[in-house]
Amino acid sequence: MTNRIELVAPAGSFPALRKAVDNGADAVYIGFRDATNARNFPGLNFDEHTAAEAIAYAHLHGSKVLLALNTYPQAGSWSTWTDAVDRAARLGVDALILADTGLLRYAHRQHPQLRLHLSVQGSATSYDAIAFYREQFDIKRVVLPRVLSLAQVKRIIANTDVEVETFAFGSLCVMVEGRCYLSSYVTGESPNTCGACSPAHAVQWQETAAGREVRLNEVLIDVYKPQESAGYPVLCKGRFEVNQELGYALEEPTSLSVLDILPELVRSGVSAIKIEGRQRSPAYVAQVTRVLRQALDAAERDPDNYTPRKEWITQLDKLAEGNTHTLGALDRQWQ
Amino acid sequence: MAMKLALGPILYFWPKQQVMDFYRQVAEWPVDMVYLGEVVCSKRRALRLDDWLQIARQLTAAGKAVVLSSLALIEAESEISVLRRIAQNGEFLVEANDMTAVQNLKGRAYVAGPHLNIYNPESLALHHDNGARRWVMPVELSQQALAEMQQHRPAQMETEVLVFGRLPLAFSARCFTARAEQLPKDNCQLRCGDFADGLAMNTRDQQAFLTLNGIQTQSATTCNLVRAIPTLRELNTDVVRLSPQSQHMAEIVALYSQVLGNSLDPREAESRINRLSCGSPANGYWYDRPGMEWLDEDRLDDLFIRQR
Repeated sequence: MTNRIELVAPAGSFPALRKAVDNGADAVYIGFRDATNARNFPGLNFDEHTAAEAIAYAHLHGSKVLLALNTYPQAGSWSTWTDAVDRAARLGVDALILADTGLLRYAHRQHPQLRLHLSVQGSATSYDAIAFYREQFDIKRVVLPRVLSLAQVKRIIANTDVEVETFAFGSLCVMVEGRCYLSSYVTGESPNTCGACSPAHAVQWQETAAGREVRLNEVLIDVYKPQESAGYPVLCKGRFEVNQELGYALEEPTSLSVLDILPELVRSGVSAIKIEGRQRSPAYVAQVTRVLRQALDAAERDPDNYTPRKEWITQLDKLAEGNTHTLGALDRQWQ
Repeated sequence: MAMKLALGPILYFWPKQQVMDFYRQVAEWPVDMVYLGEVVCSKRRALRLDDWLQIARQLTAAGKAVVLSSLALIEAESEISVLRRIAQNGEFLVEANDMTAVQNLKGRAYVAGPHLNIYNPESLALHHDNGARRWVMPVELSQQALAEMQQHRPAQMETEVLVFGRLPLAFSARCFTARAEQLPKDNCQLRCGDFADGLAMNTRDQQAFLTLNGIQTQSATTCNLVRAIPTLRELNTDVVRLSPQSQHMAEIVALYSQVLGNSLDPREAESRINRLSCGSPANGYWYDRPGMEWLDEDRLDDLFIRQR
């Protein structure tokens, strides 16, 4: 292989970043401790000092650090986002992951030497959309939304000179990223505005005769019987009634996993594959990174004879939502 | 400049005859602008571009300013080529709802639609530099956000706000209507056509929650900001948009038009419109609250007192 595919791992803390680097991540993506990124959760993310330490650690071990600034600033707080761009440049991150066109323009003008990636939150789902971002901001990489079939991913790669990064494992957004207001509709906070989806402060658990109820700002997301395992109530993964039938009307609790199609991704020419989960523990990051490192190495070494090892699948399913996995939109049947 | 009244694109899949009949009526309604075309799903081909252009010409002849709207999620090659034909129609202004459209419209005047994620003046300036002459505020933004945007908007940029209709909240690769009907999307049988105002999705305790409209997820509630018309006017909003529902649209348009013409009190119009809309009312986003909320005047007073 002339161009190795980059394995991009998440880190919500310095310990998680160390685990990612130590387990073979080529790049780790992080965020600052505020609303400038799409995992704005209490106790998570990096202040400037920790970010500097983390970058030094990653660089010492040959890994890159990408910084996500992938929410949409508004006029009143604009300088928080531009300050974050400047801080990231000062810290020497290897790339910025941006979504907002205003912020992309700012970063491109102020820091022309800084590598820019278009975040999945930028919702670029066609090569024409990618060309727009390329021409206007000279983006070097695009992270594709999890709404494209494998055939569509291949077509995009064939029609752009921008590097393509796809998701490989982790929580699955069923909606086009950057185009979903379900969370703000219920709670007032969305990924775009606040970097949060179904925020924890809006979650209410209650034991009732019918079972364990979970609500998001009073809206009933699901009810679990004693023997049922209860997941985090992301509102698109609850059970609802449509046509008088109860079920997962939007999506089941499940995780994306591309283990089964890694050789096809390798052949398609993707530049990087990404693990979701900056909100996850260092132990989670360590295990997922280790498995995907092994799997990606195997697929790159000999794509024709690759089969996912049983222990990889078992290990990842244990960590997956609902202990099960899907190819998501990559598989047209899912759509 | 008086605030203009616009009719948004039909977001549901209505039979061709119903669409033609609808726009024959629209020609007589007191709306200044009409957005036409398919925004949600490229498989809905009851009307082809030529059909839309024909309707567009009829509405133009009736004195309406027509804008051709375009898909919010563009993935397939066929979707790109339809988009290019719309962009190159040479006759009507086009609303971009995806950067694919912007890439094909840049350098010419276009409308930056509600799905383009314009959250700050710098993004708005970028679209202006590329040719946008009107922008539609994302539905999750509040009156404070609008006020800030209006302070900084470029010259010759009009601002449009959705004031009536079910809120477009999300798009997916998955068709939720087909899923509810236990059909794969590739064999969806266009079942969304059975639901003139979308398919209801309720919570387990039978509360109306969301509306499934093919690959689009909408609110179950219907946004109604008629009360905010005086504020929208103070903020120099140029256009207010009503999103069509299958019933009572003529009356709703008339009520909005009377409020814009100062011949009807907004509060009176509000209760009348709420009785005509297909979901319970919502206005939370406008007040920087969860979008599903309905804040009546008393509730607003309570919130205001608490915040102080």
